[in-house]
Amino acid sequence: MSAVSVRDISVAFETVRVFNGLSLDFEAGEFIVLLGPSGCGKSTLLNAIAGLMDISEGQIWIGGQNVTWEEPKDRGIAMVFQSYALYPRMSVRENMSFGLKMAKTPKPEIEKRVKQAAELLQITHLLDRRPDQLSGGQRQRVAIGRALVRDAAVFLFDEPLSNLDAQLRNELRVEIKRLHARLGKTTMIYVTHDQIEAMTLADRIVVMKDQLIQQVGSPSEIYHRPANMFVAGFVGSPQMNFIKGRIEDTGSGPIFVSGQRRLPLHGYTFTSTPTSNQDVVLGVRPEHLRIVELGAWPEFSVDVVEPMGADTVIWCRDREGSLQVRTSGDIRLSPGEQLNLGIDAAQVSLFAADSGERL
Amino acid sequence: MTTVIPQGSRPRRLTAGRIGIYAFLITAALFFTLPLWIMIVTSLKPMDEIRLGNILAWPANLTFDAWVKAWSSACTGLECNGISVGFWNSVRILIPSVILSIAAGAINGYALSLWRVRGANLLFGILLLGAFIPYQVFLYPLVRIFSTTGIYNSLLCIIIVHVIFGLPTMTLLFRNYYTGLPIELFKAARIDGGGFWTIFFRVMLPMSTPMIVVAAILQVTGIWNDFIFGLTFAGRENLPMTVQLNNIVHSTQGERAYNVDMAATMLAALVPLVVYFVSGRWFVRGIAAGAVKG
Repeated sequence: MSAVSVRDISVAFETVRVFNGLSLDFEAGEFIVLLGPSGCGKSTLLNAIAGLMDISEGQIWIGGQNVTWEEPKDRGIAMVFQSYALYPRMSVRENMSFGLKMAKTPKPEIEKRVKQAAELLQITHLLDRRPDQLSGGQRQRVAIGRALVRDAAVFLFDEPLSNLDAQLRNELRVEIKRLHARLGKTTMIYVTHDQIEAMTLADRIVVMKDQLIQQVGSPSEIYHRPANMFVAGFVGSPQMNFIKGRIEDTGSGPIFVSGQRRLPLHGYTFTSTPTSNQDVVLGVRPEHLRIVELGAWPEFSVDVVEPMGADTVIWCRDREGSLQVRTSGDIRLSPGEQLNLGIDAAQVSLFAADSGERL
Repeated sequence: MTTVIPQGSRPRRLTAGRIGIYAFLITAALFFTLPLWIMIVTSLKPMDEIRLGNILAWPANLTFDAWVKAWSSACTGLECNGISVGFWNSVRILIPSVILSIAAGAINGYALSLWRVRGANLLFGILLLGAFIPYQVFLYPLVRIFSTTGIYNSLLCIIIVHVIFGLPTMTLLFRNYYTGLPIELFKAARIDGGGFWTIFFRVMLPMSTPMIVVAAILQVTGIWNDFIFGLTFAGRENLPMTVQLNNIVHSTQGERAYNVDMAATMLAALVPLVVYFVSGRWFVRGIAAGAVKG
C-alpha cells in the first residue's frame, strides 16, 4: 500500500485545466522530490495533496484513506512553506503548539511534543522569542518544528530552502536529510527547482514540466539516463552538451555522425532501435568529456577557462561548435591552446531530434 | 590663496532655489495655521475686544467664558444646554458605528481575500460600486425603509447607516491588506486545523493592527464630521455635534457671539484632532514585517 497515492487528478483553474489525469504513487518512508522550473505545476500538485487546492477530477489517497474531500487538517499531513509562514504575533512555542491546541490535545502532551521537536532541531533556547527576532535559518527551523509536532505520516515541503542564503541552505539540507533518517517511516514530498537539493535529498525524483511528469526515477537514473532532452538539460550543472547529428549504419554497428565528429555507438544501450540516417541529438555531460593525447575528437581550441576550485570548466570549440568540458581543478590551460577530446559511448545519451525522447 | 580640498561632507549653500522652496513652505504653513490661530484667539477674547477688530492680536483680557458657554449653555434652537449634548450624542453614535463598521469590513475583507468565496470578485465589484454612487441617492429610499421597519429617527438607525456606508471602504482596506499578506500563512493555519473564525481571530486579526488603526482614523473622522446622515436619520434626541454646532452658529438673537461660535467649533473639531495626534505613531508600523521573508 502506498503512503500517498494521486489517482487521475485534474485541477481546474478559472480558464485552464491542468494535469488531465495525472497519477503518482509515493511509498511509505520515501523521500520524493518534485523537481521542475517555476510554473511546471509541482507546487499545485503539492497543494492538491495537502487539500489546499480543490481538484476537479480524480482521487487522493493518504495512508490508505480516500481523503479527496477531507479538510487539510484531517489528512495526516504537515507542511513547511518557502516563506516560513510563521504566525507573526505568536511566540515560537505558540507557533509550534497552535495546531495541537486546535486539535484539543491535552496540555502536557503538547508541552512534551514541543520540547521533543525543539530539542531535535536545537531551537529550545528560542522558544519564547517571536518570529521577527529570529534569523532566516532559525525561522525555517521553527517552521519545520511546527510541522514536526503534528506527528504526521506525510511531510510536505514547498521550496523550504529557497529563501535562505547558500551556506544556510546547505546546512539545513543536510539537517532535513538527517531528520528523514531519524523519523524512519515518515514520507516526505519535497518541491524544489534546485537540482542539487533534488539530487542530494531524494530517493526518487519526479521531474515535471508544463504540468506533465517527464520522468520518475532515482537521482542516478535521472542524471545518467534522462528520459528526454528536457530532463537532460534541466538536471546537471554545467548543462549537458547537446550535439545535433544523425545515425549512420556502417555495417559494424550504428555510428553517430556530426560533421567531422564521429562516435561508434557500440557501448550504448538503446531503449529503442534507431533507424539509419535518423536525425538525433547526442547528449554528453561535461565531466564525461576527457582531455586526451590522441582522441576521437581532435582539434579543439580552448575558448574560456572557468576555474571553480575543485574542478575546472573549459569551454572549447571546433568548427562544429562549442562544448563544455569539466576536468580537474589543477589543470593549467589558457585560451587558444589546442586539445583533443575523448568520449565514451556508454556514458552518452541519444535523443530523437524530432520528439526529444531518449533512444 | 588657499584652495579648499574637497573632503568630508559637502558644504551646504543657500541657493535661490532653496530660498524659493522655504518661502513656499512657510507661506503654505501660514495659510493653514492662520485660520486656526484666529479661531483660538477669538474664542479666548470677550466680545468687547472682538468688536475692536484686531483679529490677529493675542487677547488682552484672556477669558475661557466663551468655551464654558459653548460647552454648557449656548442655545441650539430652543434649548440652551450648549454643545455638550451634541458631543455626547456624537460619542454614542461614534463608538458603536466605528467598532461595528471596522469589524464588518475586516470580516468581509478576510472572507473575500483568503477564502475565495464563489463569486467573490463580483461581490466585491458590486460593493465598490456602492462606494462610488453619491449617497444622496440612497437617502430617501433608506428613510422609507427605516420608517417602514419602525426604527427611523433612532440611535440604532443612524448606527446602521454609518455601518452600511462604511462597509465598501472598510472592506476594500482589509481585503487589500489581507491579499498582500503571504497566502502561505493562511495555508499553514488551515493545515494546523484553524476554521474560518479561528484563523480570523487567532492569526489574521492580531496581524491587522496597522489596518485597524488606519480604518479607525478614517471612520472616526468620517463619522464625527458627518452632517447629513445625522440630520436625516438620528432623530431630534440624537443629533450629532456637527448639527448642534450648525444650530448654535445660526440661532443668534441680537449680537453674534463670535467667541462662542469659535469655541464651539473648536470643541467640535477636537476629536478628529486628537485622533490624528495620537495615531501618528501607529501609522508607520509594519506589523507583518519580520514574520515573512528574512
